[in-house]
Amino acid sequence: MHPFAYVAPGTVDEAVAVLDKHGDRARPLAGGTDLLVKARANAWELDAVVDIKNIPELMTLTVGNDGLTIGAGVPCYQVYENEEVASDYPCIVDGTAIIGGIQIQSRAGLGGNLCNAAPSADGICPLIVHSAVAHIAGPGGSRDVAVEDFCTGPSQTVLKNGELLVSISMPRPPANFGAAYTRFIPRNEMDIAVAGVGVSVILDSSGQNFVSARIALASVGPTPILASAAGNSLAGKPVNDDTIAAAAALASDASTPITDMRGTIAQRKQLINVLTGRMINQAVERARG
Amino acid sequence: MTTSSPGMVHVKTTINGQAHELLVPPYMSLLDTLRELIGLTGTKEGCLDGNCGACTVSVDGRIVDSCLVLGAEVDGKDVDTVEGMASADGLHPLQQAFLEEAALQCGICTPGFLVAAKGLLDNEPSPSEGRIRHWLAGNLCRCTGYDKIIRAVQKASS
Repeated sequence: MHPFAYVAPGTVDEAVAVLDKHGDRARPLAGGTDLLVKARANAWELDAVVDIKNIPELMTLTVGNDGLTIGAGVPCYQVYENEEVASDYPCIVDGTAIIGGIQIQSRAGLGGNLCNAAPSADGICPLIVHSAVAHIAGPGGSRDVAVEDFCTGPSQTVLKNGELLVSISMPRPPANFGAAYTRFIPRNEMDIAVAGVGVSVILDSSGQNFVSARIALASVGPTPILASAAGNSLAGKPVNDDTIAAAAALASDASTPITDMRGTIAQRKQLINVLTGRMINQAVERARG
Repeated sequence: MTTSSPGMVHVKTTINGQAHELLVPPYMSLLDTLRELIGLTGTKEGCLDGNCGACTVSVDGRIVDSCLVLGAEVDGKDVDTVEGMASADGLHPLQQAFLEEAALQCGICTPGFLVAAKGLLDNEPSPSEGRIRHWLAGNLCRCTGYDKIIRAVQKASS
């Protein structure tokens, strides 16, 4: 591991100042479950790691009438063990509860999952279907980026040198909203998604028709994908096998997978079709309460 | 703001109930800090990337892979390792159960399993078999086939 300095600032401004000074030779340290692996593999030569866990707003989770805000350093277990999150945002629990094992979940969080920008990230699709927004601080001020626009390629994001992800927030789900995420892996735990699908739906008051839907895909492209055509195809349609199958086929069309050690193109496209159907049904079930 | 450049990080931590004050290289893992600086070699190095759990320790009551934590990060924290499990009265019930159930062969994974299992039983004294298996998914054993480990944890649970 390239020797680096350890900096533990107490405020966002101090963290940004250190990150800005070192450019691409500094990285924020949250759970470290990706950062230290990459540093050890010499993927980066770092002069400084900036431990963000002493910055209160990066370590705070708030849930209430305004929605859910998750500080960038909040570890997975604090998300899925929160009773209000579990009750009102079960799709966020679906993602955070399957990232690594218990040891990883003690440290890793959604902020790091997003900034690591793995196409297979299990935390990102749930955020996308909840219309989550990333709040970024930088030397030039703050800005917000929709989570679906945050990743720009494998391990690549919109963050510029000196910028820091502060938190991720999402609106409180409206009435008749439901969302779910799942992935396919050949084991029970501790594996990387061959394909993953998140779905959110809003139904009308009868519970029999889609008002709108969002569908996001993992591990089938260079970034997590918001499959807009698939989600939009459900708007105004009745909830039935035909409308769901049509949306699942459109989701499969939106995927651009590669063949690698974890799966083939054909397998992944088929998986997206099957998992999308299942997740629409589960989201509908949750929407109906 | 704690800053180290390029020197050592001053860390005050509690390890197995004992206060320690250390100067830690800023890039040194907690695993190496325990093994190389403190001399607590019970915690084992396995994969160094968070898959095997051999280096599992507890930090403020949560199990973590110590290879993926910096020593500098445990300033002000309570760290518990396998060396802290036995007491003057004898082995921890999990250690005794691992012996009785022959839940180890080569033993390299055992400290990690013990600390991880303790992290479960401390909060959930009577977990189901499924819960134990799920909790221990982050610990790999290449010898036993897991069944004896699961039986030992069940035996140690109340």
